[in-house]
Amino acid sequence: MTTTSNVPAYGRFGGFGGRYVPEALIPALEQLEEVWRKAVVDPEFVGELERLQRTYTGRPSIITEVPRFAEHCGGARVILKREDLNHTGSHKINNVLGQALLTKRMGKTRVIAETGAGQHGVATATAAALLGLECVVYMGRKDTERQALNVARMRLLGAEVVAVDNGSKTLKDAVNEAFRDWVANVETTHYVLGTVTGPHPFPEMVRDFHRVIGVEARQQVLDLVGRLPDAVLACVGGGSNAMGIFHRFIDDRSVRLIGFEAGGEGVESGKHAARFSAGIPGVLHGAFTYVMQDEDGQTVESHSVSAGLDYPSVGPEHAHLLESGRAEYRPISDVEAMEAFSLLSRTEGILPAIESAHALAGAMKVGRELGPDAVLLVNLSGRGDKDVHTAAEWFGLIGDDGSPRLPEDDGAKGMGEQQ
Amino acid sequence: MSVATIIEKCRADNRAALIGYLPVGFPSVEGSISAMKVLVESGVDIIEIGVPYSDPVMDGPVIQDAAVRALAAGVHLTDIFTAAHEVSAAGAGALVMTYWNPVLRYGVERFAADLAAAGGAGLITPDLIPDEAGDWIAAADAHDLDKVFLVAPSSTPERLEAVTSQCRGFVYATAVMGVTGARASVGEAADALVSRTREHTDLPVCVGLGVSTGDQAAQVGRYADGVIVGSALVRCLTEADSDEQGLEALGALARELADGVRRGRS
Repeated sequence: MTTTSNVPAYGRFGGFGGRYVPEALIPALEQLEEVWRKAVVDPEFVGELERLQRTYTGRPSIITEVPRFAEHCGGARVILKREDLNHTGSHKINNVLGQALLTKRMGKTRVIAETGAGQHGVATATAAALLGLECVVYMGRKDTERQALNVARMRLLGAEVVAVDNGSKTLKDAVNEAFRDWVANVETTHYVLGTVTGPHPFPEMVRDFHRVIGVEARQQVLDLVGRLPDAVLACVGGGSNAMGIFHRFIDDRSVRLIGFEAGGEGVESGKHAARFSAGIPGVLHGAFTYVMQDEDGQTVESHSVSAGLDYPSVGPEHAHLLESGRAEYRPISDVEAMEAFSLLSRTEGILPAIESAHALAGAMKVGRELGPDAVLLVNLSGRGDKDVHTAAEWFGLIGDDGSPRLPEDDGAKGMGEQQ
Repeated sequence: MSVATIIEKCRADNRAALIGYLPVGFPSVEGSISAMKVLVESGVDIIEIGVPYSDPVMDGPVIQDAAVRALAAGVHLTDIFTAAHEVSAAGAGALVMTYWNPVLRYGVERFAADLAAAGGAGLITPDLIPDEAGDWIAAADAHDLDKVFLVAPSSTPERLEAVTSQCRGFVYATAVMGVTGARASVGEAADALVSRTREHTDLPVCVGLGVSTGDQAAQVGRYADGVIVGSALVRCLTEADSDEQGLEALGALARELADGVRRGRS
């Protein structure tokens, strides 16, 4: 049923990936690939990126073992890779710095980006400020409303934020609008695509810029526990933090790689972003991969409490890892993710991003399955500061008008009473 | 039958062919087919039957808006076979313009077979480059269908060679770097692109993106084998107060464009 039988292997992961974009963009993609492949073997580029990672991002990021949280994970040892401690608050900066340096190398002066939760937009605005590039960020109107603080952050950093009113007004529509901008302005503009999907070479290039997560974490876990983890866990929206931490472990066959998608209100409800549970292979945003779509091939809108996972498609390398059996993917519901969000906050004093809370909820399940001898490495891909408003609403800590609701107020439940 | 035959006939009349785009399903399936027939009666040689799609990255606001409204009104992919049949029966070439995923979902071989059976001439594929089109090329060849791929002002000589060598029917030259939509001027990039494209192929080269008036059609028709008009026609329907008024405006614009391609080289 797929077109994979007689396509070239170029830019493919198994049968997935490819380059499904207007011809007008092909020269830019060819230029990007050429400049990128040369840069990563150029000591000057590699040295500059490493310097920025060390002195700007704050790499290497630490790992933190979380024993009080782990009590709720069947007693397994749980180790967090702290990408939340990076400058700008998530893993996104790893990729953005790489692409921003490539933008300079290509002689381009303007960057554009799409963003869902706002983390990639903030990271792109940050890198643009650092390197003196003009920056425009496309964001679905719905996401600008649920992530208002990040919109302000991007504007404070000097970026222009464009609210997208088309379609579902979320991440996928922001990507459409970014592609439209790119086609018109490709001569001066680089599209800093924020995840491991899109046309070749983005999935491979973005993965490689994030690969440092797994490279560091693998050694850090070996140093701490003297052996490899039993499983590596990450949330999967487009899938960049997951590919970043998975990739170094792919050849470690004893290590299970487990990705957690947004199960929203439940896969059976239809309101979710569980592409591997309910999607089928197709093309969206330049790549052949799993897509939530109807019988006519129209994209179906996704749903999630987490803006960063609210996307109807997923990186093509994840599709390949699934079909080849190397990785497994499971849905986590909004309720499960918010429970894990609350639990990590109260047991360890770490507010995770709601996206990352899906991986933490996964750890609670996988830990119970594997028992107390297991070692789980979880990618804490971002911090939850941007989600305080959403979480406060979820747990009834503020009223509809945003005013605080104290325990004596009728109806305030507080996080402790949440199940 | 390949639309190249129609374009050849226009060339023999010393004029460019006029190619008009409308999405199927707006304002309704029947309404869109009536509109396509109005185009044919008003002098449009080839109809581009558009498949409304949820994520049209090559389209500007006018065609996006029509697609959203067509999908909300319940259009289905199979409706394009009805449209292709009707357009072909009305005496015009019936090319389908579609983003790739709907065809992929339907099944490439099955789609080609059903399109050919309906009298469709082939496909224009804005987000499918020949490099990724192995299955479509095989199916199109098996069912004697046109394969219209796009070239752009950014296309290198290598890309022009690679793309044109896989086209059948004509080569679609996008006049500007950007999405669909009317523009004040089509610009010199189009003329240059047509000349560069002709160095690689004997196929007709048709120009689209931005043409909205009879004067622009006349100007583009001087150097291109076909003039493609989309958003300006669609707008006649989306901005009309009633279906009748929409068809009236559509017919008037089509006649102006048809007059444009006829006086372009005289």
